[in-house]
Amino acid sequence: MQNERAMHGATGVKEPLSGGASFASPVSDVVAAESEATPFLPPGDSGSPADLETTARGSLGRGVWVIAAAVVVAAAVPALFFNGYHLFQLTMMVIYAIAILGLALLTGFNGQISLGHGAFYAIGAYTTAILMANWDVPYWATLPVAAVSCGIVGFLIGLPALRLGGLYLALTTFSLSVAIPQLLKYKLVSDWTGGVQGLVLDKPDAPFGLPMSGDQWLYLFTLGVGVVLFILAWNIVHGRVGRAMMAIRDHALAAEAMGINISMLKTRTFAVSAMFTGVAGALSAIAVQFVAPDSFGIFVSIFLFVGLVVGGVASIGGTILGALFVQFVPNLADSVSKAAPGAVYGALLIAVMFLMPEGAGGLILSLWRRVRR
Amino acid sequence: MEGVLHQVLSGIASGSIYASVALALVMIYQATHHVNFAQGEMATFSTYIALTLINFGIPYWIAFVLTVAVSFVIGMAIERVLMRPMMDAPVLSSVGVFVGLLLIVNACSGWFFDYTIKQFPTPFGNNPMWGGYISGHELGATGVTLVVLLAVYLFFRHTKLGLGMRAAAYNPVSARLVGINVGGMLALGWGLAAGIGAIAGMMIAPVVFLDPNMMGGILLYAFAGALLGGIDNPLGAVLGGFAVGVIENLGGAYIVGTELKLTLALVIIVAVVVVKPSGLLGRSVQSRV
Repeated sequence: MQNERAMHGATGVKEPLSGGASFASPVSDVVAAESEATPFLPPGDSGSPADLETTARGSLGRGVWVIAAAVVVAAAVPALFFNGYHLFQLTMMVIYAIAILGLALLTGFNGQISLGHGAFYAIGAYTTAILMANWDVPYWATLPVAAVSCGIVGFLIGLPALRLGGLYLALTTFSLSVAIPQLLKYKLVSDWTGGVQGLVLDKPDAPFGLPMSGDQWLYLFTLGVGVVLFILAWNIVHGRVGRAMMAIRDHALAAEAMGINISMLKTRTFAVSAMFTGVAGALSAIAVQFVAPDSFGIFVSIFLFVGLVVGGVASIGGTILGALFVQFVPNLADSVSKAAPGAVYGALLIAVMFLMPEGAGGLILSLWRRVRR
Repeated sequence: MEGVLHQVLSGIASGSIYASVALALVMIYQATHHVNFAQGEMATFSTYIALTLINFGIPYWIAFVLTVAVSFVIGMAIERVLMRPMMDAPVLSSVGVFVGLLLIVNACSGWFFDYTIKQFPTPFGNNPMWGGYISGHELGATGVTLVVLLAVYLFFRHTKLGLGMRAAAYNPVSARLVGINVGGMLALGWGLAAGIGAIAGMMIAPVVFLDPNMMGGILLYAFAGALLGGIDNPLGAVLGGFAVGVIENLGGAYIVGTELKLTLALVIIVAVVVVKPSGLLGRSVQSRV
């Protein structure tokens, strides 16, 4: 790693990635270098270049967009029929999907293993809770603040993470998530965070006099935020920046030789990933209407990790499957015994590692490819 | 001044526990380059076994030996079944398997022995000793862990089996060429690590009380100790463990307050990893690119 960085300092020139056929003009290269500012591609656009690999991905891409649209429409339907607790569970599922998506960007697509994303989830939740409880900020306005504060924290944590190889990063983030409840309880911040008691929030009502309950509105609101974030993630991953992220994951030295600024991209990926998970945390604070330090222990991070692995680490659709798993398996297993969810999580995690390392998302994708052939 | 002495002594007492767990971590890291995230949960599970045996009416020290033996077998079994196929797997897979193991063992502790907080007996009594600087249990536990650490040292330095284990960890290919059963040595290392963890669990349980998440914080201190001393150096890990114990107690008493003790461990970890990733006594790894 040392040498790679030294070499990078000497190169410094930014070259477009080969195979970046979707970006014709040099201008868009400059724009794309600004990480989050990835230009939004219309879905059909990636199919146009004659490049064989790109067209294959394009046709797959169109199918995925159709499925995605169907999923969104299907996902909006329950808001009409369900209410109360079931709808709350669905809301939490969408929230988990967003959080896992953030982790997927970092771990799956950029190869930086984090066992500490519960920390960003907690920071997002607390940002929203503090703003809502202490300053009466409307719930929707807290989301950007949560995103920005998590992005900043993520960027700062991403800096030392640059020096850590896979295992050390896992270890450090693991310790971060073990320590986070203690930090939240600390007496210097407890005036804001409410200390051990936590903060209680009000449930938002449907705006504009819409004829729906608070639960229904909250579900649709969460779903809307989720759709925007999933489209954003899809575009990041399938654009130039995404290819650079994956190049770093697969072969850092080769990526560096192609002119990718590794340290910049890694820290920014960390920031974006923290932002996604932080927004999920913020939404969870609104949905649960309560935050307390002990609900953000190590197990939040571990559940996000389990959801990521079960869904498939480098699969955007897989994060939804992972969220389904994380949200509903404990409910089913809880009826057996209090210990059962942990046991099921653990057993499945190991089983996935042994049997289908690409997770459920990877499995479905490979079946899909086989069907289309 | 007396306060400082008191803090240092109880820092050494808790440091001896961290040193044992750190040693268990390093033994596995040295041989396989995996960090056993489940080490703490395994130790907790062993402690529950000990409590069950004691509740059956078995005398403490016989239960102690039996627990270590059972943990040894469990450790070897885990290596054989779960870790062997993960030998050359990518880091993410091994982290995944270890996290899975952590969840399973934690759930098993809660499932078999329920989640209520339990008292664990100590054979040393709790009377203050040496003019109140240290309790009988702290002194006894420090003594036991020191004996264990010494025994492990003698085992690795002065027995043929210990030499074989060091060889297998240092250079598996050459070790295999000279006829050492490398796979067997790895399993043995896991067994030893589990046994050492079990002793650490039994020694800390009377202090922090026994519940399924007992070792969570202790594992963090052990990580910090192992990293501070150098994660590939057993002696360094032991010294690191003691150092973290003392730093934790002094820092908790005079600098940050007891609420932020765990954060202190986090700060140590981040500082070591950023400033000197190889630790104080570890070898720095150079890789050809």
